[in-house]
Amino acid sequence: MKSKDSKSKLIDDMFEDFLPNIHRAFEVLKDILKRPSAMAGGILLLLILLTSVLFPLVFHINPLDQDLMARFSPPVWQDGGTWKHILGTDNLGRDILSRLLYGSRVSLLVGFSAVLVASVAGIFLGLVSGYYGGKIDHFIMRIADVFMAYPFMLLTISVIAVLGPSIFNLIIVLGISDWVTYARTIRGSVLSIKTKEFVEASRAIGTPDLIIILRHVLPNVISPLIVLATLRVANIIIWESGLSFLGMGTPPPMPTWGRMLSEGREYITDAWWLVTIPGLAIMMTILSINLLGDGLRDALDPRLKNL
Amino acid sequence: MLMLPGDASYQEIEELREQLGFNDPLYVQYARFAIKAVQGDFGESLYYHVPVMELIIERLPASLELAVSAMIFALVLAIPLGILSAVKRGSMLDMGSMFGALLGISMPHFWLGIMMMLFFSIHLGWLPTSGRGTFAHLIMPAVSLGLSLMAMFARLTRSVMLEVLSLDYIRTARAKGLKEQVIIYKHALKNALIPLVTVAGMQFGFLIGGTVIIETVFAWPGLGRLVIQAIFGRDYPLVQGIVFVFSFIFVGINLLVDILYVYLDPQISYSEEK
Repeated sequence: MKSKDSKSKLIDDMFEDFLPNIHRAFEVLKDILKRPSAMAGGILLLLILLTSVLFPLVFHINPLDQDLMARFSPPVWQDGGTWKHILGTDNLGRDILSRLLYGSRVSLLVGFSAVLVASVAGIFLGLVSGYYGGKIDHFIMRIADVFMAYPFMLLTISVIAVLGPSIFNLIIVLGISDWVTYARTIRGSVLSIKTKEFVEASRAIGTPDLIIILRHVLPNVISPLIVLATLRVANIIIWESGLSFLGMGTPPPMPTWGRMLSEGREYITDAWWLVTIPGLAIMMTILSINLLGDGLRDALDPRLKNL
Repeated sequence: MLMLPGDASYQEIEELREQLGFNDPLYVQYARFAIKAVQGDFGESLYYHVPVMELIIERLPASLELAVSAMIFALVLAIPLGILSAVKRGSMLDMGSMFGALLGISMPHFWLGIMMMLFFSIHLGWLPTSGRGTFAHLIMPAVSLGLSLMAMFARLTRSVMLEVLSLDYIRTARAKGLKEQVIIYKHALKNALIPLVTVAGMQFGFLIGGTVIIETVFAWPGLGRLVIQAIFGRDYPLVQGIVFVFSFIFVGINLLVDILYVYLDPQISYSEEK
């Protein structure tokens, strides 16, 4: 009975911890709503996400269907364009809009999942490293040094070259190569937080380490990581498109933005839209994430507010 | 198979395995590789049939030329732009350049390269589309590689300058009646340089990754393009050699940055006695 009681009390405590956090989240949200650029970024990102998830409800063109009679059909606003292919077609007569929409799924999925992998791994290792110190800290930080000594892009290229291209491999490789930034950031903050009185007090009354880390340390060091993670999504999406541009993204024939660019490059003199449109899509996505990330940083980190 | 004809007999394959040392335990193979690697011997390229190091030395200058030009382009434009934005905070110039910088970091550099190619080479016919040789060949690869760096440096310079300009010693300098220009360029910029040097050093890794794609876009005959060809051609000794050299440069730059600190900030010292 006793252990059950303490367990349910723990759950109650955790819930109580969340209330101020939820309150805080609302404050941050309000702060973001006050910033036009951050709000524009947020709305744009939301639109992109919704479109990427929901487009099959209204849009039914298969991205792999070849319409050889309509090869290199330009976008609708240019002479020779048709409403059938709003953004035109490529060298095999495949619909650009459809490929763009399916490609957005790959980019967003890889971007968000890789950041999830990297941040979970980085936060865990950073917390352990900073909180326990000593040999564990040394061990984790030396591994981090090895990762830091290796150019990020080269690491992903060489690992993908060995493992072979697939969405899963991309997520894992991009995620694992990027954990160091999170771990180092969080370790630094943990080192300064763990000497504070409230942590010492909590340890003095015998709170288990796990509870101290989750209740006292993590909430105090998480804000910079939220900003970091948001901005990293943008970087990862750029890297993903770069890898698929080099032919190391997802296996063909799956349409991705990077592959569309590299295929379009062959026909750059005849069909400007093949190389222009996918790049614009990448740029809009990245821009929306960056705008939101900048706003989040200003809202979460009051020290930087007026800069 | 790459090294033997497809109809090679079992015995031939075994002989080749023995000859290449594939039958030894992994740690023996690794030790053999490591001992040779630190002496600059990465074996022979499977495709070109010449020592890997020779290929690397032949291609390295092109990559360095590209990376260094991109870095210079980025720094030379970003620092004045960042300072001006910080000093004239809230002005049209500030808002315009910061919006430009935001666009700059949101653009994949290889796409910028393709767009420049579309406009300056195909549409206007001003610049050559690919290859290396004259200064005109260098412009597009260097600018497309350097633009996002420039945008990042400009943002960083601006925010660091704003922070520094609000410090007490700047107020003192103003109270002393020093010229604003002296304050900005002599007092403030010196302190703002430290984070800039750190980030510039770290971003060198980005540059190395960037050359891989940009060299492919512009058919620039450097290491980046070679490593991609080597990966697709499964030319493993060549891949190992290039990756080793890239990492070596990367670590070297980071060491250089650490040494530079001591000159930039007298408070930092690596000797234990202090």
